[in-house]
Formats: sequence, C-alpha cells, structure tokens
Amino acid sequence: MQKWQKQTLKLMTMGAAILSLAGCASAQSNASQGNNATGKTVKIGVNMELSGAAAGYGEQQKQGIQLAAREINQAGGIKVGNTKKKVQLVIRDNKTSNTTAASVAAQLVNNDKVVAVVGPATTNAGTAAIPNMTKASVPTVSPSATDPDYTLQKNGKVQKYVFRACYQNNLQGSSAAKFMTTDLKAKRVAILTDNSSDYGTGLTKAFKKTYTGKVVSSQAFQEGDKDFNAVLTSLKHKHIDAIYAPGYYSEIGLIIKQARQAGINVPVVGSDGMADTKLAQIAGKSNSNKIYYTTPFSTKAAASNQVASKFMSAYKAKYGSTAPTFSALAYDSVYMVKAAIEKEGSANSVKIADGLAQLKNFKGTTGTMSIDKHHDAEKTISIEQLTNGAVSNTYNIK
Amino acid sequence: MQTFGQQLINGLSLGSIYALLALGYTMVYGIIKLINFAHGDIYMLGAFWGYYSINYFHFNFWLALFSAMVVCAIIGVVIEYFAYRPLRHSARITALITAIGVSFLLENGMSYLVGANARSFPQAIRVVTYHWLGLRVSNIQLLILGTACALMILLELIIKRTKMGKAMRAVSVDPEAAQLVGINLNQTISFTFALGSAMAGAAGVLIGLYYNSIDPLMGMTPGIKAFVAAVIGGIGSVPGASLGGFIIGLLETAVQAVGLSAYKDAVVYFVLIVILLVLPAGIFGKRTREKV
Repeated sequence: MQKWQKQTLKLMTMGAAILSLAGCASAQSNASQGNNATGKTVKIGVNMELSGAAAGYGEQQKQGIQLAAREINQAGGIKVGNTKKKVQLVIRDNKTSNTTAASVAAQLVNNDKVVAVVGPATTNAGTAAIPNMTKASVPTVSPSATDPDYTLQKNGKVQKYVFRACYQNNLQGSSAAKFMTTDLKAKRVAILTDNSSDYGTGLTKAFKKTYTGKVVSSQAFQEGDKDFNAVLTSLKHKHIDAIYAPGYYSEIGLIIKQARQAGINVPVVGSDGMADTKLAQIAGKSNSNKIYYTTPFSTKAAASNQVASKFMSAYKAKYGSTAPTFSALAYDSVYMVKAAIEKEGSANSVKIADGLAQLKNFKGTTGTMSIDKHHDAEKTISIEQLTNGAVSNTYNIK
Repeated sequence: MQTFGQQLINGLSLGSIYALLALGYTMVYGIIKLINFAHGDIYMLGAFWGYYSINYFHFNFWLALFSAMVVCAIIGVVIEYFAYRPLRHSARITALITAIGVSFLLENGMSYLVGANARSFPQAIRVVTYHWLGLRVSNIQLLILGTACALMILLELIIKRTKMGKAMRAVSVDPEAAQLVGINLNQTISFTFALGSAMAGAAGVLIGLYYNSIDPLMGMTPGIKAFVAAVIGGIGSVPGASLGGFIIGLLETAVQAVGLSAYKDAVVYFVLIVILLVLPAGIFGKRTREKV
C-alpha cells in the first residue's frame, strides 16, 4: 500500500469513528432530574419523518403539530404554575431512518433540552428513539405508532417515558374482524397486507386472531407497490365476500381502483391509514364504494365533537384541505403534553411523564381518551363507510 | 384459462413499463459503462411533468406525453453535463456513486419542493374496459403496450438506421477510435442520455395515467427492477432490455398469480442471480474477451 493511501485510510477510519460516535451520542444519565423549561418558553421537540419513505405521513403530522402550537401560543401559552409560557417547537427530521431517529432523540434531549417530544410517526423509528428518551427522562408521545409492543419493555413492563395518541393494532384489527362478521356477514375473506411495516403485519395478526370466518387467501405487498392486478386477478374466482386490507391510503387507493376495474365489487375494509381524502382521489370517486375503515377520527363525528370541529375548520383555513387523521392525532399529541404540564403545574420532563400517564378523559379531536396502564390511548373506535368517495355512514364498534 | 389470459395481459402491461425504463439503463451503460441510478428518478420527473402540464397548462394526453419526453431529455442532458461529464476519466466507481447521489438529490429535492405525499394523476383519457372472451383489457393497457412497442421500434431504427445511431454504436465499441474517425464524443453521449431519458419520461406519464398515483419516491423500486431487466437481457443490448423488461413483468405477475405475493421481489432477484450464473453476459449480451 502506498503511503498516501495508508494515510487516507487512517483519516477515513478516524472520520468514520468520530461520525459513528456523534451518531450515537447518547443521553447523559441525569435520570433523577430530567429536563426543565427555562426562560419564558416550553420547548417541545418534534422527532418526525420529514423525508424518506414515510415523509408523506410525517408532513401531515408536522402540520397538525404546528397548528396546535400556534393555537396554544395565540391563547397565551401553556399555564405552568402561575405563569403562562409559550410553546417553542424544535422540529428535526429523522429521515424515516431508525439510526437517525435515535440520534435526533439524543440531540433534542441533550442539546435542545426539550421537556417533551412528539413523534416519531412510525413504530420502527419510535422504538429506536426510546433508549435515549428514557436515559434523559423525557417523555415522547407518538401520534401514530400502533404496534402493541411499542410502549412496552421486553419483559412486558410499561416504558415509563413512551406514550401514544393512537390506539394500538390489536383493538383496530379485532374491531375490523367483528365488523366484518356481524355487520357485513362476510364468511370468506381475502387479506392483503402491507408487510413492509409493523403496522400492516400487526393488524393482520390481530385480525386473524379474532375473525371467525374463513380466510381464503392471505397476500402481501410492499409500500410503494403500484401494480396489484396480478393478485386481484387471482382472487377473482375465489368467491370472496370481502377484502381486509390494512395499510396506507397510497397503496390501498390503488388496490381499490384496480379491484373495481377488474370487476371485484366486494367490500374493502381497512384501517386508519386509509382515512384520508386522497384515498378517493387515487381510487377514483366512482370506484370508492363499499369501502370501510376503522378510525379514531371520524369526519362525521367531528360535527358533534367541539374540539374536532374547531380543529377541522382551523386546518381547512390554514392548509386549504380536509384534515387527515395523522394531522388530527399529532394535534392531539401536543395538547396531551399541554394537559399533562397544566395538570402537574410543572414543565419538568419527569413530571410531564407522570402527568401523561394519569391523563383521564382528555378531550381531543380523535375523541375523549384516557391513558391506560400500558400507556395506550383508550378511546372509542368507529368505522366509516365511503360511498362514491364520500363518507356516507359511521358505525360504532363496541 | 381466462385467468391465465388475464394474468398475461397484466404481465405484459407491467413488463412494457419495465422495458421502457430498462432501455435507458442499457443505452447509457452501453456507451459509457455507467449504471445511471438516477434513471428511475427521471421517470418520476416525467410523471410530475405530466401532472403539472395536464393540470395547469391543460395539455391533452399526447401533448403531455410528448412534452414530458422533451423535458426529460433536456434534464438527462443537463445531468450528464454537470454530474457525469467532469468524471468521465475518473474511476468507474466514482461515477457510479455520483449517480446514486444524483438519484438522492432528485428524490429528496422533489420531496422538498412538492411534498412527499402521493397525489392522483389527472385522468386525461377516460378508462374504457373492453370485454373479449371473458378477458378485460382497458384502453390504457393497450395504450401503454402500443406506445411502449412503438417507442422501442423507433429507438431500434434510430440506433440502426441513422448517422447518430451509427456514432453511438461506434462510441460504445471504442470511444478513442470513434473520436479518431471524427465522431464528436460529447455530442454522442449527450444524445444517448437524451434518448434514454425521453423513454423514461414517456414511461412516467404512462404510469401516472395507468395507476393514477405519483410521488417523489415512485422511481426507486421500478428503477431497480428495470436495472435487473437490463442485466437479464444483457446490459448494453437494446433488444435485450425490452425482452428483459417483459420477462420481469411476466415473472412478477406469475409469482403473484400462484399466491406467493410476499416473495415476488425475491423471485425476481433470484432469477437475476441464476441468469448471471448461467449466462453472465445476459440473454442477448455479447461475450467479449478482455483485452490484455
């Protein structure tokens, strides 16, 4: 090896070592105290998927978070003890990468000294961020990490600093299964799962556990797939009564469109990842019939829920479109942190975690919720039906 | 039998898209031995051009298709000029990594500019489904197949029958010797990029119309699949790329048809490995002896 090559190699190795150290700069262990709000603001970190594969959902959540922060500040801020403090958001992109999510978490708690974090959106990135959050004793509220194990440690105990604003997969999957048996009377179903995320596979598992009819065919697809014609053609002659398709609107929209074009007119049941007006745009209005999905956030229910209707109109005024579920959940996450701070009368991060764990009857856009002992949000689940691309009916599942 | 025929149609329409994309990979590789990883993203830009030109300039479909080809050709030439040309004489790995960089730039640049959400493509042509012997074929599927075949024939004619095509073939055999006989190297390479990118642009608009959903990351997976198609057909060979595209499309459809949808990508890559073991140069690839 030539001399300069050796030297470059040395430099590169050093550089790589430094980079990797910087990457996993872990939180200092000041576990007894946590972070405090200093000065006139309460710093809330946002660890969000703003680029990469889940950027579409991350972007919607960011909008919800910013909307909530702006509203809180316009109303004077968060009441901490006797003073009102404004919210200051520190928004960082985790690039839909697990390692980046972990280092973003460390940055937020160590350098930015935030007292609470909202995000990440996905279970995978969220799980990667947990060790650094726990070390710094700063609570994190994920708007949309639905995996049942997300808030639990390996030994089944609850993660002290991990919360979520959504409900977990088991409830959603089993509600869909019950709905298909009792309301749709579907005896033979086919399942199409997004197996590139814990979200899709978790829902399918929960669904299969509860569903009592026959699962004729269980097929998988990947996030970003566009062609489902082959799978759908193979389902056509299997006499199915319904399709269960847990996943996000970008793929399910295409599945609906291609199923209807292939002449498959059975009901399609999905999950809250479908609750977006883009679903009907991608599928085409005339194809969006007999579409059902489980959702915490029903645009119909918004009329009777004051918080939701206020949020809906504020969102529409700001972004010019109907609020998607992800924005609503993220909006709620910020208000959950606010409620916890006001309840405890302190913006210390450990106190906020205590406050979040004891949150009861919190009125959010996605319904009235309570945090249970597993740090899951308990709230009613409803199923929306689409007819010609618009919500035509809402079922409540007990 | 009906199902088989229907799956054949599905496979062919999917395959024609891969084939259109694979052509760009294979031409660029043939001429400067560069795997242009940004190719899949040019296809994405084509789809977005289609989206904006139909929505805001109210182009009809054909005009959108044609203008997307022109715009993508220009983008391809610009990318070549700024990103690859300065590296022409450096190691091949440098150019390859630059290509990956350009790909990231385009994907994340577009995510930043237009947002990462999937959006619906304007339906410039009404979908009509023809029923024939129990088979369903939509006019858009026929359109894709027809356009893809027409463009492939056109490309073959350009390469085999025109002066520029002759220059391209000469450069791909021996760039130095080609320059000695008076071929303008830079012009020829730019032309190749333009041609390949135009194909990708056309594929982008066709896909947008067919699936009705576009997003800034849509080029990633099809880009890799098309690359596999090009390798299977024999990278550097134009008919090979078309054939490879159809093979991949049909293969993917077949795997899903028998109910192994979870393994469809795995099977595609497995076939790639087998073909590389049995026919290292691909199906139509020329086995060339390394000059010592």
